[in-house]
Amino acid sequence: MSQIEAFKHAQPVPDDIAVSTRNICKTYGTVEALKDMTLEFPRGQLTSLLGPSGCGKTTLLKIIAGLLPPTSGEVTVNGKPVTGPGPDRAFVFQDFALLPWATVLRNVAFGLELRGVARSEREDIAARYIREVGLSGFEQAYPHELSGGMRQRVGLARALSVDAQVLLMDEPFSAVDEQTRRKFQEDLLALVQNENKTFIFVTHSIEEAVYVSDQIAILLPRPSRVSEIIRPTGFRQKSADSIRRDPEYLDIVDDIWASLRSYVE
Amino acid sequence: MVYRPLFLKLLSALILFGAWEIAGRIPVSYAFPTFLDSAAALWRMTIDGSLFVAYAETLKPLVTGVAISTVLGIGLGIWIGLSRVFDWLFSPIFVVMQSAPLAALIPLLVMAYGIGLTSKVFVVCIMAMPVIVLNTAGAVRHTPENIKAMCSSFMGTRIDMLFKIIIPAASPLIFSGLRLGISAGFIGAILSELKITPTGVGDIITFSRSIADYPSMYAAIFSIIVLAVLFLNLLERTEKHLFKGNDRGYVSD
Ligand SMILES: Nc1ncnc2c1ncn2[C@@H]1O[C@H](COP(=O)(O)OP(=O)(O)OP(=O)(O)O)[C@@H](O)[C@H]1O
Ligand SMILES: [Mg+2]
Repeated sequence: MSQIEAFKHAQPVPDDIAVSTRNICKTYGTVEALKDMTLEFPRGQLTSLLGPSGCGKTTLLKIIAGLLPPTSGEVTVNGKPVTGPGPDRAFVFQDFALLPWATVLRNVAFGLELRGVARSEREDIAARYIREVGLSGFEQAYPHELSGGMRQRVGLARALSVDAQVLLMDEPFSAVDEQTRRKFQEDLLALVQNENKTFIFVTHSIEEAVYVSDQIAILLPRPSRVSEIIRPTGFRQKSADSIRRDPEYLDIVDDIWASLRSYVE
Repeated sequence: MVYRPLFLKLLSALILFGAWEIAGRIPVSYAFPTFLDSAAALWRMTIDGSLFVAYAETLKPLVTGVAISTVLGIGLGIWIGLSRVFDWLFSPIFVVMQSAPLAALIPLLVMAYGIGLTSKVFVVCIMAMPVIVLNTAGAVRHTPENIKAMCSSFMGTRIDMLFKIIIPAASPLIFSGLRLGISAGFIGAILSELKITPTGVGDIITFSRSIADYPSMYAAIFSIIVLAVLFLNLLERTEKHLFKGNDRGYVSD
Protein backbone atom coordinates (compact mmCIF):
# COMPACT_ATOMS: atom_id res chain seq x y z
CA MET A 1 0.00 0.00 0.00
CA SER A 2 1.49 3.33 -0.98
CA GLN A 3 1.53 6.34 1.30
CA ILE A 4 -1.19 8.13 -0.62
CA GLU A 5 -3.46 5.14 -0.69
CA ALA A 6 -3.00 4.62 3.03
CA PHE A 7 -3.86 8.23 3.66
CA LYS A 8 -6.97 8.04 1.52
CA HIS A 9 -7.98 4.91 3.30
CA ALA A 10 -7.71 6.56 6.66
CA GLN A 11 -9.75 9.62 5.67
CA PRO A 12 -12.39 8.64 3.10
CA VAL A 13 -14.32 11.70 2.01
CA PRO A 14 -17.96 10.96 2.77
CA ASP A 15 -19.84 12.23 -0.25
CA ASP A 16 -23.26 10.82 0.53
CA ILE A 17 -24.64 12.63 3.55
CA ALA A 18 -27.86 11.29 5.11
CA VAL A 19 -28.25 13.76 7.95
CA SER A 20 -26.65 17.11 8.51
CA THR A 21 -27.02 19.70 11.22
CA ARG A 22 -26.10 23.26 10.43
CA ASN A 23 -25.30 25.89 13.06
CA ILE A 24 -27.66 24.37 15.62
CA CYS A 25 -28.07 26.42 18.78
CA LYS A 26 -30.30 25.37 21.64
CA THR A 27 -30.91 27.27 24.84
CA TYR A 28 -33.13 26.10 27.67
CA GLY A 29 -34.08 29.32 29.42
CA THR A 30 -30.67 30.66 30.32
CA VAL A 31 -28.80 27.37 29.87
CA GLU A 32 -26.99 27.26 26.55
CA ALA A 33 -26.94 23.54 25.73
CA LEU A 34 -25.75 23.58 22.12
CA LYS A 35 -23.82 26.29 20.36
CA ASP A 36 -23.30 26.49 16.63
CA MET A 37 -23.27 22.73 16.16
CA THR A 38 -22.45 21.69 12.62
CA LEU A 39 -22.08 18.00 11.84
CA GLU A 40 -22.56 15.64 8.94
CA PHE A 41 -23.65 12.03 9.15
CA PRO A 42 -22.64 9.87 6.15
CA ARG A 43 -25.21 7.43 4.81
CA GLY A 44 -24.89 3.79 5.74
CA GLN A 45 -22.39 4.52 8.50
CA LEU A 46 -22.41 4.71 12.24
CA THR A 47 -21.53 8.04 13.80
CA SER A 48 -21.00 8.29 17.55
CA LEU A 49 -21.55 11.37 19.62
CA LEU A 50 -19.07 11.17 22.44
CA GLY A 51 -18.84 13.69 25.21
CA PRO A 52 -19.10 14.35 28.92
CA SER A 53 -22.40 14.16 30.75
CA GLY A 54 -24.66 17.15 30.27
CA CYS A 55 -22.95 18.36 27.10
CA GLY A 56 -26.13 18.14 25.05
CA LYS A 57 -25.96 14.77 23.28
CA THR A 58 -29.55 13.85 24.04
CA THR A 59 -30.62 17.35 23.09
CA LEU A 60 -28.94 17.07 19.70
CA LEU A 61 -30.47 13.66 19.09
CA LYS A 62 -33.94 14.92 19.97
CA ILE A 63 -33.52 17.87 17.66
CA ILE A 64 -32.57 15.51 14.82
CA ALA A 65 -35.57 13.35 15.70
CA GLY A 66 -37.82 16.39 15.47
CA LEU A 67 -38.90 16.04 19.09
CA LEU A 68 -37.39 19.39 20.08
CA PRO A 69 -37.17 22.55 17.98
CA PRO A 70 -33.69 24.11 17.82
CA THR A 71 -33.41 27.72 18.93
CA SER A 72 -31.68 28.42 15.63
CA GLY A 73 -30.05 26.44 12.86
CA GLU A 74 -31.28 23.70 10.63
CA VAL A 75 -31.32 19.92 10.42
CA THR A 76 -31.71 18.22 7.06
CA VAL A 77 -32.41 14.55 6.41
CA ASN A 78 -31.81 13.51 2.81
CA GLY A 79 -31.58 17.18 1.94
CA LYS A 80 -35.00 18.03 3.36
CA PRO A 81 -35.27 20.25 6.42
CA VAL A 82 -36.69 18.63 9.55
CA THR A 83 -39.83 20.18 10.99
CA GLY A 84 -40.99 17.29 13.17
CA PRO A 85 -40.80 13.52 13.59
CA GLY A 86 -40.79 11.63 10.31
CA PRO A 87 -40.98 8.10 8.92
CA ASP A 88 -37.31 8.31 7.89
CA ARG A 89 -36.07 8.34 11.51
CA ALA A 90 -36.55 5.95 14.44
CA PHE A 91 -35.48 6.55 18.03
CA VAL A 92 -34.06 4.05 20.53
CA PHE A 93 -34.61 5.52 23.97
CA GLN A 94 -32.10 5.46 26.78
CA ASP A 95 -34.85 4.48 29.24
CA PHE A 96 -36.55 2.06 26.79
CA ALA A 97 -39.92 3.90 26.78
CA LEU A 98 -41.95 0.69 26.59
CA LEU A 99 -45.67 0.50 27.27
CA PRO A 100 -46.05 -1.43 30.55
CA TRP A 101 -49.58 -2.55 29.68
CA ALA A 102 -48.61 -4.04 26.31
CA THR A 103 -46.93 -7.34 25.48
CA VAL A 104 -43.52 -7.49 23.84
CA LEU A 105 -45.24 -8.21 20.53
CA ARG A 106 -47.46 -5.14 20.74
CA ASN A 107 -44.58 -2.98 21.97
CA VAL A 108 -42.40 -3.98 19.04
CA ALA A 109 -45.30 -3.52 16.62
CA PHE A 110 -46.28 -0.18 18.16
CA GLY A 111 -44.38 1.98 15.67
CA LEU A 112 -46.14 0.18 12.84
CA GLU A 113 -49.46 0.40 14.67
CA LEU A 114 -49.10 4.18 14.78
CA ARG A 115 -48.40 4.16 11.07
CA GLY A 116 -51.67 2.37 10.40
CA VAL A 117 -50.22 -0.98 9.30
CA ALA A 118 -52.83 -3.76 9.52
CA ARG A 119 -52.62 -5.96 12.59
CA SER A 120 -51.64 -9.28 11.03
CA GLU A 121 -49.01 -7.63 8.86
CA ARG A 122 -47.43 -5.62 11.64
CA GLU A 123 -47.37 -8.62 13.97
CA ASP A 124 -45.58 -10.68 11.31
CA ILE A 125 -42.97 -7.99 10.92
CA ALA A 126 -42.65 -7.55 14.68
CA ALA A 127 -42.25 -11.30 15.22
CA ARG A 128 -39.41 -11.33 12.70
CA TYR A 129 -37.51 -8.55 14.51
CA ILE A 130 -38.20 -10.13 17.90
CA ARG A 131 -36.44 -13.20 16.56
CA GLU A 132 -33.65 -11.08 15.14
CA VAL A 133 -32.86 -9.47 18.50
CA GLY A 134 -33.00 -12.88 20.19
CA LEU A 135 -36.25 -12.62 22.12
CA SER A 136 -38.15 -15.53 20.56
CA GLY A 137 -40.53 -17.05 23.04
CA PHE A 138 -41.14 -13.76 24.86
CA GLU A 139 -43.72 -12.35 22.45
CA GLN A 140 -46.50 -12.53 25.01
CA ALA A 141 -44.42 -11.40 28.01
CA TYR A 142 -44.96 -8.00 29.59
CA PRO A 143 -42.06 -5.57 30.01
CA HIS A 144 -41.94 -6.00 33.79
CA GLU A 145 -41.18 -9.67 33.23
CA LEU A 146 -38.00 -8.87 31.27
CA SER A 147 -34.48 -7.97 32.35
CA GLY A 148 -33.04 -4.56 31.52
CA GLY A 149 -31.07 -5.92 28.58
CA MET A 150 -34.14 -7.66 27.20
CA ARG A 151 -36.20 -4.48 27.47
CA GLN A 152 -33.49 -2.64 25.58
CA ARG A 153 -33.75 -5.20 22.81
CA VAL A 154 -37.49 -4.66 22.65
CA GLY A 155 -36.82 -0.95 22.11
CA LEU A 156 -34.28 -1.80 19.43
CA ALA A 157 -36.65 -4.21 17.68
CA ARG A 158 -39.37 -1.55 17.70
CA ALA A 159 -37.04 0.94 16.04
CA LEU A 160 -35.85 -1.60 13.48
CA SER A 161 -39.32 -2.79 12.56
CA VAL A 162 -40.46 0.57 11.18
CA ASP A 163 -37.61 0.28 8.69
CA ALA A 164 -36.46 3.89 8.98
CA GLN A 165 -33.29 4.91 7.16
CA VAL A 166 -31.86 6.71 10.15
CA LEU A 167 -31.62 5.13 13.60
CA LEU A 168 -31.10 7.47 16.52
CA MET A 169 -29.78 5.61 19.54
CA ASP A 170 -29.46 7.37 22.89
CA GLU A 171 -27.00 5.46 25.06
CA PRO A 172 -28.74 2.23 24.15
CA PHE A 173 -26.32 0.00 26.04
CA SER A 174 -25.97 1.94 29.26
CA ALA A 175 -28.50 -0.16 31.17
CA VAL A 176 -26.87 -3.54 30.59
CA ASP A 177 -23.98 -5.37 32.16
CA GLU A 178 -20.51 -5.48 30.60
CA GLN A 179 -20.88 -8.94 29.00
CA THR A 180 -24.23 -8.12 27.43
CA ARG A 181 -22.85 -4.80 26.36
CA ARG A 182 -20.02 -6.46 24.43
CA LYS A 183 -22.48 -8.82 22.82
CA PHE A 184 -24.71 -5.89 21.83
CA GLN A 185 -21.73 -4.03 20.38
CA GLU A 186 -20.86 -7.01 18.19
CA ASP A 187 -24.50 -7.32 17.11
CA LEU A 188 -24.53 -3.63 16.30
CA LEU A 189 -21.50 -4.01 14.02
CA ALA A 190 -23.31 -6.77 12.15
CA LEU A 191 -26.42 -4.63 11.97
CA VAL A 192 -24.55 -1.70 10.44
CA GLN A 193 -23.05 -4.05 7.84
CA ASN A 194 -26.31 -5.76 6.92
CA GLU A 195 -28.89 -3.05 7.18
CA ASN A 196 -27.53 -0.20 5.07
CA LYS A 197 -28.92 2.30 7.55
CA THR A 198 -27.48 5.45 9.02
CA PHE A 199 -26.85 5.14 12.74
CA ILE A 200 -26.41 8.03 15.13
CA PHE A 201 -25.21 6.65 18.39
CA VAL A 202 -24.76 8.44 21.69
CA THR A 203 -22.34 7.04 24.22
CA HIS A 204 -20.25 7.93 27.24
CA SER A 205 -17.75 5.20 26.64
CA ILE A 206 -14.62 5.92 24.60
CA GLU A 207 -13.95 2.22 23.97
CA GLU A 208 -17.50 1.63 22.81
CA ALA A 209 -17.40 4.61 20.46
CA VAL A 210 -14.13 3.50 18.88
CA TYR A 211 -15.27 -0.09 18.64
CA VAL A 212 -18.55 0.49 16.81
CA SER A 213 -18.10 3.76 14.91
CA ASP A 214 -17.20 4.69 11.37
CA GLN A 215 -16.98 8.26 12.60
CA ILE A 216 -16.72 9.74 16.08
CA ALA A 217 -17.72 13.29 16.90
CA ILE A 218 -16.15 14.45 20.12
CA LEU A 219 -18.19 17.09 21.85
CA LEU A 220 -16.92 19.56 24.43
CA PRO A 221 -18.78 20.58 27.60
CA ARG A 222 -21.51 23.18 27.53
CA PRO A 223 -22.17 25.11 25.40
CA SER A 224 -21.40 22.15 23.25
CA ARG A 225 -19.23 22.35 20.17
CA VAL A 226 -17.56 19.70 18.07
CA SER A 227 -13.93 19.50 19.08
CA GLU A 228 -12.79 16.80 16.73
CA ILE A 229 -14.01 14.23 14.22
CA ILE A 230 -12.22 10.91 14.07
CA ARG A 231 -12.72 8.21 11.45
CA PRO A 232 -11.24 4.94 12.60
CA THR A 233 -11.13 2.89 9.42
CA GLY A 234 -8.06 0.68 9.59
CA PHE A 235 -9.68 -2.10 11.59
CA ARG A 236 -13.26 -1.97 10.28
CA GLN A 237 -12.75 -5.04 8.10
CA LYS A 238 -11.35 -7.14 10.91
CA SER A 239 -13.38 -9.73 12.76
CA ALA A 240 -15.36 -8.53 15.74
CA ASP A 241 -13.12 -9.98 18.42
CA SER A 242 -9.76 -8.97 16.99
CA ILE A 243 -10.68 -5.27 16.89
CA ARG A 244 -10.12 -4.84 20.61
CA ARG A 245 -6.51 -5.96 20.17
CA ASP A 246 -5.83 -3.86 17.08
CA PRO A 247 -3.05 -1.27 17.63
CA GLU A 248 -4.99 1.45 15.79
CA TYR A 249 -7.99 0.81 18.01
CA LEU A 250 -5.85 1.16 21.12
CA ASP A 251 -4.13 4.28 19.79
CA ILE A 252 -7.40 6.03 19.02
CA VAL A 253 -8.79 5.22 22.46
CA ASP A 254 -5.65 6.73 24.00
CA ASP A 255 -5.80 9.82 21.80
CA ILE A 256 -9.42 10.54 22.65
CA TRP A 257 -8.74 10.09 26.34
CA ALA A 258 -5.77 12.44 26.08
CA SER A 259 -7.87 15.13 24.47
CA LEU A 260 -10.82 14.73 26.84
CA ARG A 261 -8.95 14.41 30.13
CA SER A 262 -8.20 18.11 30.35
CA TYR A 263 -11.95 18.76 30.59
CA VAL A 264 -12.47 16.19 33.27
CA GLU A 265 -9.73 17.53 35.50
CA MET B 1 -52.69 -18.57 45.42
CA VAL B 2 -56.37 -18.35 44.50
CA TYR B 3 -57.62 -19.89 47.73
CA ARG B 4 -55.54 -17.91 50.16
CA PRO B 5 -57.11 -14.49 49.60
CA LEU B 6 -60.58 -16.08 49.64
CA PHE B 7 -59.75 -17.87 52.87
CA LEU B 8 -58.39 -14.64 54.36
CA LYS B 9 -61.48 -12.73 53.27
CA LEU B 10 -63.73 -15.31 54.93
CA LEU B 11 -61.59 -15.22 58.05
CA SER B 12 -61.76 -11.45 58.35
CA ALA B 13 -65.53 -11.56 57.75
CA LEU B 14 -65.83 -14.16 60.48
CA ILE B 15 -63.84 -12.05 62.95
CA LEU B 16 -65.92 -8.97 62.11
CA PHE B 17 -69.24 -10.80 62.54
CA GLY B 18 -68.04 -12.46 65.71
CA ALA B 19 -67.09 -9.11 67.19
CA TRP B 20 -70.47 -7.72 66.14
CA GLU B 21 -72.28 -10.61 67.76
CA ILE B 22 -70.36 -10.20 71.03
CA ALA B 23 -70.86 -6.44 71.03
CA GLY B 24 -74.58 -6.98 70.44
CA ARG B 25 -74.83 -9.44 73.32
CA ILE B 26 -73.03 -7.36 75.94
CA PRO B 27 -74.93 -5.12 74.81
CA VAL B 28 -72.88 -2.06 73.87
CA SER B 29 -76.07 -0.07 73.52
CA TYR B 30 -79.76 -0.75 73.69
CA ALA B 31 -79.95 0.34 70.03
CA PHE B 32 -77.26 -2.09 68.86
CA PRO B 33 -78.63 -5.48 67.81
CA THR B 34 -76.65 -8.70 67.59
CA PHE B 35 -75.34 -9.99 64.29
CA LEU B 36 -77.71 -12.95 64.31
CA ASP B 37 -80.77 -10.76 64.90
CA SER B 38 -79.74 -8.48 62.05
CA ALA B 39 -79.09 -11.41 59.74
CA ALA B 40 -82.55 -12.78 60.57
CA ALA B 41 -84.10 -9.40 59.78
CA LEU B 42 -82.19 -9.27 56.50
CA TRP B 43 -83.46 -12.74 55.64
CA ARG B 44 -87.05 -11.74 56.46
CA MET B 45 -86.87 -8.63 54.27
CA THR B 46 -85.40 -10.67 51.41
CA ILE B 47 -88.14 -13.29 51.63
CA ASP B 48 -91.05 -10.89 51.77
CA GLY B 49 -89.52 -8.89 48.92
CA SER B 50 -89.48 -5.55 50.72
CA LEU B 51 -85.70 -5.35 50.29
CA PHE B 52 -86.01 -5.60 46.51
CA VAL B 53 -88.73 -2.99 46.38
CA ALA B 54 -86.50 -0.71 48.44
CA TYR B 55 -83.48 -1.25 46.21
CA ALA B 56 -85.49 -0.61 43.07
CA GLU B 57 -86.04 2.85 44.52
CA THR B 58 -82.53 3.45 45.92
CA LEU B 59 -80.70 2.22 42.83
CA LYS B 60 -82.36 4.88 40.64
CA PRO B 61 -80.42 7.89 41.97
CA LEU B 62 -77.41 5.71 42.76
CA VAL B 63 -76.95 4.21 39.31
CA THR B 64 -77.81 7.42 37.50
CA GLY B 65 -75.51 9.46 39.70
CA VAL B 66 -72.62 7.02 39.50
CA ALA B 67 -72.99 6.69 35.74
CA ILE B 68 -73.01 10.45 35.25
CA SER B 69 -70.07 10.91 37.62
CA THR B 70 -68.05 8.21 35.86
CA VAL B 71 -68.55 9.44 32.32
CA LEU B 72 -68.54 13.15 33.03
CA GLY B 73 -65.90 12.85 35.75
CA ILE B 74 -63.40 10.97 33.59
CA GLY B 75 -64.13 13.20 30.60
CA LEU B 76 -63.68 16.41 32.56
CA GLY B 77 -60.67 14.99 34.36
CA ILE B 78 -58.91 14.22 31.09
CA TRP B 79 -59.72 17.66 29.77
CA ILE B 80 -58.48 19.37 32.91
CA GLY B 81 -55.34 17.26 32.84
CA LEU B 82 -54.60 18.18 29.23
CA SER B 83 -55.32 21.88 29.30
CA ARG B 84 -53.86 24.43 31.64
CA VAL B 85 -56.73 26.81 30.98
CA PHE B 86 -59.29 24.18 31.90
CA ASP B 87 -57.33 23.27 34.95
CA TRP B 88 -57.39 26.89 36.05
CA LEU B 89 -61.13 27.18 35.34
CA PHE B 90 -62.48 23.96 36.79
CA SER B 91 -60.10 22.42 39.32
CA PRO B 92 -61.12 24.84 42.10
CA ILE B 93 -64.79 23.90 41.69
CA PHE B 94 -64.06 20.26 42.37
CA VAL B 95 -61.67 20.98 45.20
CA VAL B 96 -64.41 23.05 46.85
CA MET B 97 -67.01 20.40 46.06
CA GLN B 98 -64.85 17.75 47.67
CA SER B 99 -64.46 19.64 50.91
CA ALA B 100 -67.92 21.26 51.08
CA PRO B 101 -70.18 20.09 53.91
CA LEU B 102 -72.82 18.24 51.94
CA ALA B 103 -75.51 18.40 54.61
CA ALA B 104 -75.41 22.17 54.37
CA LEU B 105 -75.86 22.07 50.60
CA ILE B 106 -78.88 19.78 50.61
CA PRO B 107 -81.44 22.47 51.51
CA LEU B 108 -80.12 24.57 48.61
CA LEU B 109 -80.47 21.63 46.23
CA VAL B 110 -84.01 20.98 47.42
CA MET B 111 -84.86 24.63 46.90
CA ALA B 112 -83.53 24.52 43.36
CA TYR B 113 -84.57 21.07 42.21
CA GLY B 114 -87.34 19.97 44.54
CA ILE B 115 -87.49 16.77 46.52
CA GLY B 116 -87.53 14.38 43.57
CA LEU B 117 -85.00 12.22 41.86
CA THR B 118 -83.01 15.17 40.46
CA SER B 119 -81.87 16.38 43.86
CA LYS B 120 -80.86 12.88 44.90
CA VAL B 121 -78.86 12.36 41.74
CA PHE B 122 -77.14 15.66 42.48
CA VAL B 123 -76.19 14.50 45.94
CA VAL B 124 -74.71 11.29 44.55
CA CYS B 125 -72.76 13.27 41.95
CA ILE B 126 -71.45 15.80 44.45
CA MET B 127 -70.16 12.93 46.54
CA ALA B 128 -68.75 10.84 43.71
CA MET B 129 -67.48 13.22 41.08
CA PRO B 130 -64.72 15.35 42.67
CA VAL B 131 -62.36 12.50 43.50
CA ILE B 132 -62.91 10.95 40.06
CA VAL B 133 -62.17 14.25 38.33
CA LEU B 134 -59.18 15.17 40.47
CA ASN B 135 -57.58 11.72 40.27
CA THR B 136 -58.05 11.53 36.52
CA ALA B 137 -56.67 15.03 35.98
CA GLY B 138 -53.63 14.33 38.15
CA ALA B 139 -52.89 11.08 36.36
CA VAL B 140 -53.23 12.64 32.93
CA ARG B 141 -50.97 15.51 33.91
CA HIS B 142 -48.28 13.08 35.06
CA THR B 143 -48.14 10.80 32.05
CA PRO B 144 -44.48 9.71 31.79
CA GLU B 145 -42.67 12.03 29.38
CA ASN B 146 -40.62 9.26 27.84
CA ILE B 147 -43.55 7.29 26.43
CA LYS B 148 -45.14 10.49 25.19
CA ALA B 149 -41.91 11.33 23.35
CA MET B 150 -41.85 7.75 22.03
CA CYS B 151 -45.36 8.14 20.65
CA SER B 152 -44.55 11.37 18.83
CA SER B 153 -41.23 10.07 17.54
CA PHE B 154 -43.05 7.19 15.85
CA MET B 155 -45.43 9.76 14.40
CA GLY B 156 -48.45 9.14 16.61
CA THR B 157 -51.26 11.64 16.13
CA ARG B 158 -52.89 13.53 18.99
CA ILE B 159 -55.69 10.97 19.01
CA ASP B 160 -53.15 8.11 19.26
CA MET B 161 -51.44 9.97 22.07
CA LEU B 162 -54.70 10.27 24.00
CA PHE B 163 -56.10 6.77 23.50
CA LYS B 164 -52.94 4.70 23.27
CA ILE B 165 -50.69 6.50 25.74
CA ILE B 166 -52.36 8.97 28.09
CA ILE B 167 -55.52 7.05 29.01
CA PRO B 168 -53.89 3.62 29.48
CA ALA B 169 -51.08 5.19 31.49
CA ALA B 170 -53.59 7.03 33.67
CA SER B 171 -55.87 4.04 34.10
CA PRO B 172 -54.56 2.80 37.47
CA LEU B 173 -55.20 6.20 39.06
CA ILE B 174 -58.48 6.64 37.19
CA PHE B 175 -59.65 3.33 38.58
CA SER B 176 -58.57 4.19 42.10
CA GLY B 177 -60.52 7.44 41.73
CA LEU B 178 -63.52 5.44 40.56
CA ARG B 179 -63.26 3.15 43.56
CA LEU B 180 -63.23 6.07 45.99
CA GLY B 181 -65.85 7.99 44.02
CA ILE B 182 -68.28 5.12 43.77
CA SER B 183 -68.00 4.32 47.48
CA ALA B 184 -68.75 7.97 48.17
CA GLY B 185 -71.67 7.73 45.73
CA PHE B 186 -73.18 4.93 47.83
CA ILE B 187 -72.92 7.12 50.89
CA GLY B 188 -74.49 9.96 48.92
CA ALA B 189 -77.44 7.84 47.82
CA ILE B 190 -78.30 6.81 51.38
CA LEU B 191 -77.66 10.33 52.69
CA SER B 192 -80.07 11.77 50.15
CA GLU B 193 -82.75 9.32 51.21
CA LEU B 194 -82.25 10.21 54.82
CA LYS B 195 -82.06 13.98 54.30
CA ILE B 196 -84.38 14.71 51.38
CA THR B 197 -87.29 12.26 51.32
CA PRO B 198 -87.27 8.81 52.88
CA THR B 199 -87.51 6.33 50.02
CA GLY B 200 -85.98 2.91 49.36
CA VAL B 201 -83.29 1.74 51.75
CA GLY B 202 -83.27 5.13 53.45
CA ASP B 203 -86.95 4.61 54.20
CA ILE B 204 -86.29 1.21 55.83
CA ILE B 205 -83.60 2.79 57.98
CA THR B 206 -85.73 5.79 58.99
CA PHE B 207 -88.89 3.78 59.54
CA SER B 208 -87.37 0.92 61.53
CA ARG B 209 -85.50 3.38 63.72
CA SER B 210 -88.74 5.23 64.44
CA ILE B 211 -90.38 2.01 65.64
CA ALA B 212 -87.18 0.86 67.42
CA ASP B 213 -86.80 -2.17 65.11
CA TYR B 214 -83.02 -1.96 65.28
CA PRO B 215 -82.24 -5.34 63.66
CA SER B 216 -84.03 -4.23 60.48
CA MET B 217 -82.23 -0.91 60.53
CA TYR B 218 -78.82 -2.58 60.78
CA ALA B 219 -79.82 -5.17 58.19
CA ALA B 220 -80.53 -2.38 55.71
CA ILE B 221 -77.23 -0.66 56.45
CA PHE B 222 -75.40 -3.96 56.19
CA SER B 223 -76.99 -4.79 52.84
CA ILE B 224 -75.84 -1.52 51.28
CA ILE B 225 -72.29 -2.15 52.47
CA VAL B 226 -72.35 -5.63 50.94
CA LEU B 227 -73.63 -4.20 47.68
CA ALA B 228 -70.87 -1.59 47.63
CA VAL B 229 -68.18 -4.19 48.29
CA LEU B 230 -69.51 -6.46 45.53
CA PHE B 231 -69.56 -3.56 43.12
CA LEU B 232 -66.01 -2.53 43.95
CA ASN B 233 -64.82 -6.10 43.40
CA LEU B 234 -66.47 -6.11 40.00
CA LEU B 235 -64.70 -2.85 39.18
CA GLU B 236 -61.36 -4.33 40.17
CA ARG B 237 -61.94 -7.33 37.90
CA THR B 238 -62.76 -5.04 35.01
CA GLU B 239 -59.56 -3.12 35.55
CA LYS B 240 -57.43 -6.27 35.71
CA HIS B 241 -59.04 -7.54 32.56
CA LEU B 242 -58.59 -4.30 30.62
CA PHE B 243 -55.03 -3.43 31.57
CA LYS B 244 -53.18 -6.60 32.30
CA GLY B 245 -49.57 -5.44 32.46
CA ASN B 246 -50.38 -2.31 34.40
CA ASP B 247 -50.63 -3.87 37.84
CA ARG B 248 -46.86 -4.08 38.02
CA GLY B 249 -46.24 -0.37 37.65
CA TYR B 250 -43.80 1.17 35.26
CA VAL B 251 -40.77 -0.39 33.70
CA SER B 252 -38.45 2.52 33.17
CA ASP B 253 -36.59 1.89 36.40
N1 LIG C 1 -35.89 20.12 29.49
C1 LIG C 1 -34.82 20.81 29.89
N2 LIG C 1 -34.95 21.99 30.53
C2 LIG C 1 -33.87 22.70 30.93
N3 LIG C 1 -32.61 22.32 30.72
C3 LIG C 1 -32.40 21.15 30.09
C4 LIG C 1 -33.49 20.33 29.65
N4 LIG C 1 -32.97 19.24 29.06
C5 LIG C 1 -31.63 19.35 29.13
N5 LIG C 1 -31.27 20.51 29.75
C6 LIG C 1 -29.90 20.99 29.97
O1 LIG C 1 -29.21 20.89 28.77
C7 LIG C 1 -27.93 20.33 28.96
C8 LIG C 1 -27.73 19.16 28.01
O2 LIG C 1 -28.61 18.11 28.36
P1 LIG C 1 -28.61 16.72 27.63
O3 LIG C 1 -29.67 15.89 28.24
O4 LIG C 1 -28.71 16.94 26.17
O5 LIG C 1 -27.16 16.17 28.01
P2 LIG C 1 -26.47 14.80 27.62
O6 LIG C 1 -25.24 15.13 26.88
O7 LIG C 1 -27.45 13.88 26.98
O8 LIG C 1 -26.07 14.26 29.05
P3 LIG C 1 -25.97 12.74 29.53
O9 LIG C 1 -24.75 12.19 28.89
O10 LIG C 1 -25.80 12.87 31.02
O11 LIG C 1 -27.24 12.06 29.13
C9 LIG C 1 -27.84 19.92 30.41
O12 LIG C 1 -26.92 20.76 31.03
C10 LIG C 1 -29.19 20.13 30.98
O13 LIG C 1 -29.08 20.83 32.20
MG1 LIG D 1 -28.44 11.98 27.55
